[in-house]
Amino acid sequence: MAVVFQKTKGLTDKPFSYCPGCTHGIIHRLVAESLEELGLLDEVIGVAPVGCSVFAYEFFNCDMHEAAHGRAPAVATGIKRVYPDHPVFTYQGDGDLASIGTAEIVHVAHRGEKITTIFVNNAIYGMTGGQMAPTTLVGQKATTAPYGRDAAHCGNPLRVSEMLATIEGAVFVERVAVNTPANIRKAKKAIKKAFEVQLQGLGFGIVEVLSTCPTNWGLTPVESLEWLEKNMIPYYPLGNFKSPKEEK
Amino acid sequence: MAKVLMKGNEAIGAAAIKAGCKYFFGYPITPQNEIPEYMSRELPKVGGVFLQAESEVAAINMVYGAAGCGVRVMTSSSSPGIALKQEGISYIAGAELPCVIVNISRGGPGLGSIQPAQSDYYQSTRGGGNGDYFHPVYAPASIQESVDLMQEAFDVADRYRTPVMVLGDGMIGQMMEPVEFFEREAEKTEKPWATNGTKGKRKPNIINSLFIDPQALEDHNHRLEEKFELMKKNEVRVETFNLEDAEVVCVAYGTTARIVKNAIEICKNEGIQVGLIRPITLWPFPEAAFEEVSDKTKAYLSVEMSMGQMIDDVKIAVAGERPVEFYGRSGGMIPTPEGVVGKIKSILGRE
Ligand SMILES: Cc1ncc(C[n+]2csc(CCOP(=O)(O)OP(=O)(O)O)c2C)c(N)n1
Ligand code: SF4
Ligand SMILES: [Mg+2]
Repeated sequence: MAVVFQKTKGLTDKPFSYCPGCTHGIIHRLVAESLEELGLLDEVIGVAPVGCSVFAYEFFNCDMHEAAHGRAPAVATGIKRVYPDHPVFTYQGDGDLASIGTAEIVHVAHRGEKITTIFVNNAIYGMTGGQMAPTTLVGQKATTAPYGRDAAHCGNPLRVSEMLATIEGAVFVERVAVNTPANIRKAKKAIKKAFEVQLQGLGFGIVEVLSTCPTNWGLTPVESLEWLEKNMIPYYPLGNFKSPKEEK
Repeated sequence: MAKVLMKGNEAIGAAAIKAGCKYFFGYPITPQNEIPEYMSRELPKVGGVFLQAESEVAAINMVYGAAGCGVRVMTSSSSPGIALKQEGISYIAGAELPCVIVNISRGGPGLGSIQPAQSDYYQSTRGGGNGDYFHPVYAPASIQESVDLMQEAFDVADRYRTPVMVLGDGMIGQMMEPVEFFEREAEKTEKPWATNGTKGKRKPNIINSLFIDPQALEDHNHRLEEKFELMKKNEVRVETFNLEDAEVVCVAYGTTARIVKNAIEICKNEGIQVGLIRPITLWPFPEAAFEEVSDKTKAYLSVEMSMGQMIDDVKIAVAGERPVEFYGRSGGMIPTPEGVVGKIKSILGRE
């Protein structure tokens, strides 16, 4: 009997701690498969954030660090400067990366640090119970924006990929989503590409992945996928913002 | 090696490199700038890496990353910058990683001043970040001692898997003194916990301070506590001076201890016997030294360049057996020997 699908070696046997229907799990799989397919699992060192994916260090089957909230890019910098020949990645949520850790993500890109960042944008603080994130959409309700986000009060949502693409040291920037099989395939391609760019020593690479949070959005998993498509993608357009030149 | 005249900050950098430190992450702040400047010049020559971080917060987290890779790594800063590093230091203590943090301290609170001060005693010795933790704090009183303690700091950090702080007041950083670098092999410690890629030969290594299960965290805290007790037993460093006949015993550390020694000399010439306990490790605090004090001693005097912080530890060590008095200057004002002498006389009722 031929095996057509099996669990990647890039993940441990530890059961995920994610809510049913949460797309963090899909993104973990894509990262793990990419690492396995590129043959990097024996060498790679990953950095987990503070957020729902805080236990990523138990799920990825490779050496891992658990960083303080927002500081993963700095931790990854320390690791990469010690082991320039080892692939290094961070996995971060939108509260982690786009709020408390904005300085760290901007400067890891500014230095052109040769690491790969997987940025999971679910437009909310998942772990702490659904508070407003810088990425929360205008009108979207959150526990600290009970009337919906009001742009006059707290600004418009931050487009991180567009911002980072302006920085010289960021050489690969792409926004993907994991709401449909076709988009998941594109997401996988982008994640793999980001690691390849790192291996070529070209600079900093980031893949922003639009993701769902059924629990805090107050929607079913299926409704969440639809909500992502209808609301997030129009504000956060998918596509590649930057790629090394010769590859285009 | 012959003696060379060096500025404290540069000597500290040189000593770190001699101790095998190849990685430095830091952010500019007066009065410690000569340390990162020296490292940026010298580390590339020995195949090391100097990197200027975007903030002290980032710098200490770079240290956390590098320390988890199993190399000798350090950062340096001054008081407000050390305050920013406290989150990272707590993580490093929790994850049990070795590193050295140099604090060339200045006056506070807030932006304070850039002049020498010792008002970082609390944030250095009390575990300035969150959680139940301590780390060794060395307080050199001369540039030679700074150099010697840097080597010690890296060895102790590796031996106990702990952050270690070297706390110099601004005077230590800025003054010049002749120093000698004694050749001494860095202690070798195996680091099987380091993240350097599994090579497919071992289970993944995880650098972590999260223990979500309450029992697991309490167990972890008990393990840390055992380590702290071991350091209290083995790593206390102290200098005592003239304790046998002293009527008053001063307690002072860093450059303040040098001023107190001058005061003791003046007192001696006037027929007053004064002793000194100089903690070289502020944590672990040299409590046992207080047992050497004789029946002739009427009181202790804590002398500090602060409004009175170490005095708390002195009181704990004295445990109410004798009065503990305080003399201090702050904000960058330096205590004078005459000022200390005046306080000693008033304690003894001899104006
Ligand atoms: C210094 C600090 N501040 C706040 C927190 C609390 N906290 C934990 S997770 C989190 C938000 C995580 O949201 P996000 O990064 O979007 O990840 P998600 O859970 O949505 O995947 C916050 C604020 C913390 N752990 N540390
Ligand atoms: S709270 Fe939201 S982001 Fe977190 S695991 Fe649940 S669904 Fe996923
Ligand atoms: Mg989020």
